[in-house]
Amino acid sequence: MSDKKPISSVNDFVVRFANVNGSGSASANEMFARAILRHGVPVSPRNIFPSNIQGLPTWYEVRVTEDGHLGARGGVDMMVAMNPQTWDKDVAGIEPGGYLFYDSTKPMPSTKFRDDITVIGVPLTAITNSTYTDPRQRQLFKNIIYLGALSALLDMDPKLIEQLIGEQYKSKEKLLSSNVHALHLGRDWALQNLKCPIGLRVKKSDKVGDRIFIEGNSAAALGAVYGGATVCAWYPITPSSSVAEAFTAHCQKYRHDPETGKAKYAIVQGEDELASIGIVIGASWNGARAFTATSGPGISLMTEFIGLSYFAEIPAVIMNIQRAGPSTGMPTRTQQCDIIACAYASHGDTKHVLLFPEDPAEAFEFAAAAFDLAERLQTTIFLMLDLDIGMNHRLCRPLKWDDARQYDRGKIMTAEMLEEGRDFGRYLDVDGDGIPYRTYPGTHPTKGSYFTRGTSRDRYARYSEEGTVYADNMQRLVRKFETAQDLVPRPLQANAERPTKYGVIYFGSTSPAMDEAIGLLETRGHQLDRLRIRAFPFHSSVASFLAEHDFVYVVEQNRDSQLRQLIVNENGIDPVRLVPIVHYDGSPITARYIAKAIGDHQDHLKVTPLRKAVS
Amino acid sequence: MTYIAKPKFHHPGLKKNELGYTHRDYEGKISTLCAGCGHDSITASIIEACYELSIEPHRVAKISGIGCSSKTPDYFLGNSHGFNSVHGRMPSVLTGANLANRDLIYLGVSGDGDSASIGFGQFAHSIRRGVNMTYIVENNGVYGLTKGQFSATADRGSKSKKGVTNTDNAIDLVAIALQLGATFVARSFSGDKSQLVPLIAAAIGHKGASFIDVISPCIAFNNHAGSTKSFDYVREHNDAVNRLDVLVGRDPIAVDYAPGTVQVVEQHDGSKIALRKIDADYDPHDRLGAQTFLAKHAAKGQIVTGLLYVDPDAEDLHEHLNTIETPLNTLEADTLCPGSAVLDKINASLR
Repeated sequence: MSDKKPISSVNDFVVRFANVNGSGSASANEMFARAILRHGVPVSPRNIFPSNIQGLPTWYEVRVTEDGHLGARGGVDMMVAMNPQTWDKDVAGIEPGGYLFYDSTKPMPSTKFRDDITVIGVPLTAITNSTYTDPRQRQLFKNIIYLGALSALLDMDPKLIEQLIGEQYKSKEKLLSSNVHALHLGRDWALQNLKCPIGLRVKKSDKVGDRIFIEGNSAAALGAVYGGATVCAWYPITPSSSVAEAFTAHCQKYRHDPETGKAKYAIVQGEDELASIGIVIGASWNGARAFTATSGPGISLMTEFIGLSYFAEIPAVIMNIQRAGPSTGMPTRTQQCDIIACAYASHGDTKHVLLFPEDPAEAFEFAAAAFDLAERLQTTIFLMLDLDIGMNHRLCRPLKWDDARQYDRGKIMTAEMLEEGRDFGRYLDVDGDGIPYRTYPGTHPTKGSYFTRGTSRDRYARYSEEGTVYADNMQRLVRKFETAQDLVPRPLQANAERPTKYGVIYFGSTSPAMDEAIGLLETRGHQLDRLRIRAFPFHSSVASFLAEHDFVYVVEQNRDSQLRQLIVNENGIDPVRLVPIVHYDGSPITARYIAKAIGDHQDHLKVTPLRKAVS
Repeated sequence: MTYIAKPKFHHPGLKKNELGYTHRDYEGKISTLCAGCGHDSITASIIEACYELSIEPHRVAKISGIGCSSKTPDYFLGNSHGFNSVHGRMPSVLTGANLANRDLIYLGVSGDGDSASIGFGQFAHSIRRGVNMTYIVENNGVYGLTKGQFSATADRGSKSKKGVTNTDNAIDLVAIALQLGATFVARSFSGDKSQLVPLIAAAIGHKGASFIDVISPCIAFNNHAGSTKSFDYVREHNDAVNRLDVLVGRDPIAVDYAPGTVQVVEQHDGSKIALRKIDADYDPHDRLGAQTFLAKHAAKGQIVTGLLYVDPDAEDLHEHLNTIETPLNTLEADTLCPGSAVLDKINASLR
């Protein structure tokens, strides 16, 4: 008997599914999230899984959010506890007044439950065993049966779920009917034996609009297709593998010559990350648009080649789906922890362009733009995703493409230009933007060839160890990086309703939690101007934003506040004016966390001298 | 790489090939390697082979890693694009370049330190993928640029210049290439230009992964008594299984070898390799036989040279990937981008 009033909420709650990896629950759980979307109610789901293949725990969390908050919320209102191994932890994690849904086939001692939650038992194993004889069927359909029971408990429209099942098994009539049957087995049992609906309910709404539901990795891969990537070389690593796998799938669908059936792309699974980036650099040197996808450990391996790309000025696109480091860290947990490693990758003086998409829509746009930038700037471009965006479905605006858009192939000296007598020096800055012309191999019989090397050379690509020649080249690379400031996506600023001397800087997957946190902070009486950084090098508006505020919070998902370090380093700002707000336990940052950290600090500021408060 | 450019002038009476080019058109900068370096002889052989094949120099992409051997692309085909990448990683860069434009000729130049140590993996994987390339290892068994350390191809028991005995087993790159499925495998000696030139020419004409291991003594650090990669040692222990002529629809590149049985192999580009057999038992179409032959002779301390294996019907990586004939680097948005209408459908499927 619950001693706490059950939570009552319509279209605003969190359901977490605790499963065993490999039990086939993923598709049922995802169908649950999609079904709520079909009700017109936004959802924000997240996979939470340890680094293992089969048999160990896995969780899937669905935030149902009428207000459209797409960041993680924190807390669990309803736990679907299907994993005995994690039972105690799962039960303990339920919010007071929340709900526990479990398989009640076998009786459990009362000590396994809590008094302040509502316990809902459904004899799932008994139902499946009485219906199916095949062990695999029993396992798979148990998931659909609990989906059916949940639909009754949460007052969901079964027709919308049936519609989804129909789409999933479009041409597989047998699977379709058996899944619908399982759905109703669970639903009917719940309706007949339980009080339905419970306090948590899904009510039809119209808050989804034309938004799409897609994983960041898939969107980035599609961006590569639209951006004209023809060569992909990769090596499997969590959480980036699905980028290359999605690129392969998209290419197989959209990139075959209709007449010959031949591929207008080449995808190679390299023997390691070194080979993958080497292939990308070789292909880009030869004029193809090429990319690789990896994660932190892969970046570590690629850094030698990244230095070559910087110094020899060869385009390359690297999609870095960040995970918790250092070393192997937590391979299946999210972080934004490769900022410094990527910004200054490789030895010597290097600086690289980083793009920080906030969601799949920007992952698509920035991925496509990365190829233009790589060729325009003749350098490595990093698309900095992370596991939270990459491996989770996210609601975002529809992907858009302008059919008039042509690829920016950068400064290419053609045979015709060489014939005209144009002065070609591979590292000659003819336009003052630091970007030289390049020729593709095979361009002209007698003009335009040059030797690409990682060693120092003069403006005409002639090997030279002269100090002045080397310094001249390094200065031009700085000029090129300055040019990049105006080519990369600019920061987006949003000001508080009232003038304020406080600001907050954030980026990437922190974005939805930050948007929500602003509202929570306002309720505590704190006003903050916001700046979402979308790229490195930093646009001049970053410096302006810093100048306009007494001090600025920098919110990020790593221990050492790496973006803050980069801002301090690149802007020469007094570090004391940048207050780090960091979250790095591998779970996605939440609005509650941000609002508490900033709110507490703001409160502290009211009573503490400034210098002491921020130091 | 060099500070000194080679003078442009040359004798007006120099012989010209089909394209009207002379040898000079296939040369590069002046070598800065030690006088007498075997690598310079290989450079000369590459120049000769390209001249004889009437290759347009600018249609060759020459790619290397780091080291003495990897400096050599600067010394030939001065009108070609060259790429000194990073130590041991030439094969991946070449693979990428080849994927971008299948129409060029790819010449990968590497060394034993480059390919048998840091780049051993990349060597292996480029071979097994069947990248259409001519992969030449200039093999001197020693690290020259860092002054004389053993490389992974140095034979066990051989002595360094400082008198140190090598206790590690040697990696035989030819044996590995055969095992990995290279479709053209040869070994030669930098001091045997008459054998090496047609081998290079045939390798260039071969479609698929061509591998040539060229023993190339290091005059400064590995040409002493006790070395098994010295000029004297290789000359004494060289056992050539065949001599080659390459016929490209006109005069053979090299003729006048010792008479013997002639076997003609037609390559994908129409050129023909005439194998003049010296060893009557040797069949260059038998991969397993080649491996056994190599091992038997290695046990006897003999260095087998010549064309050890060729598959004239080989396929290359582009065929494995089923890529279009048009070079990928020429494709633009109108060909590559599915367009907004397709994107609208994709959006619709994601709701």
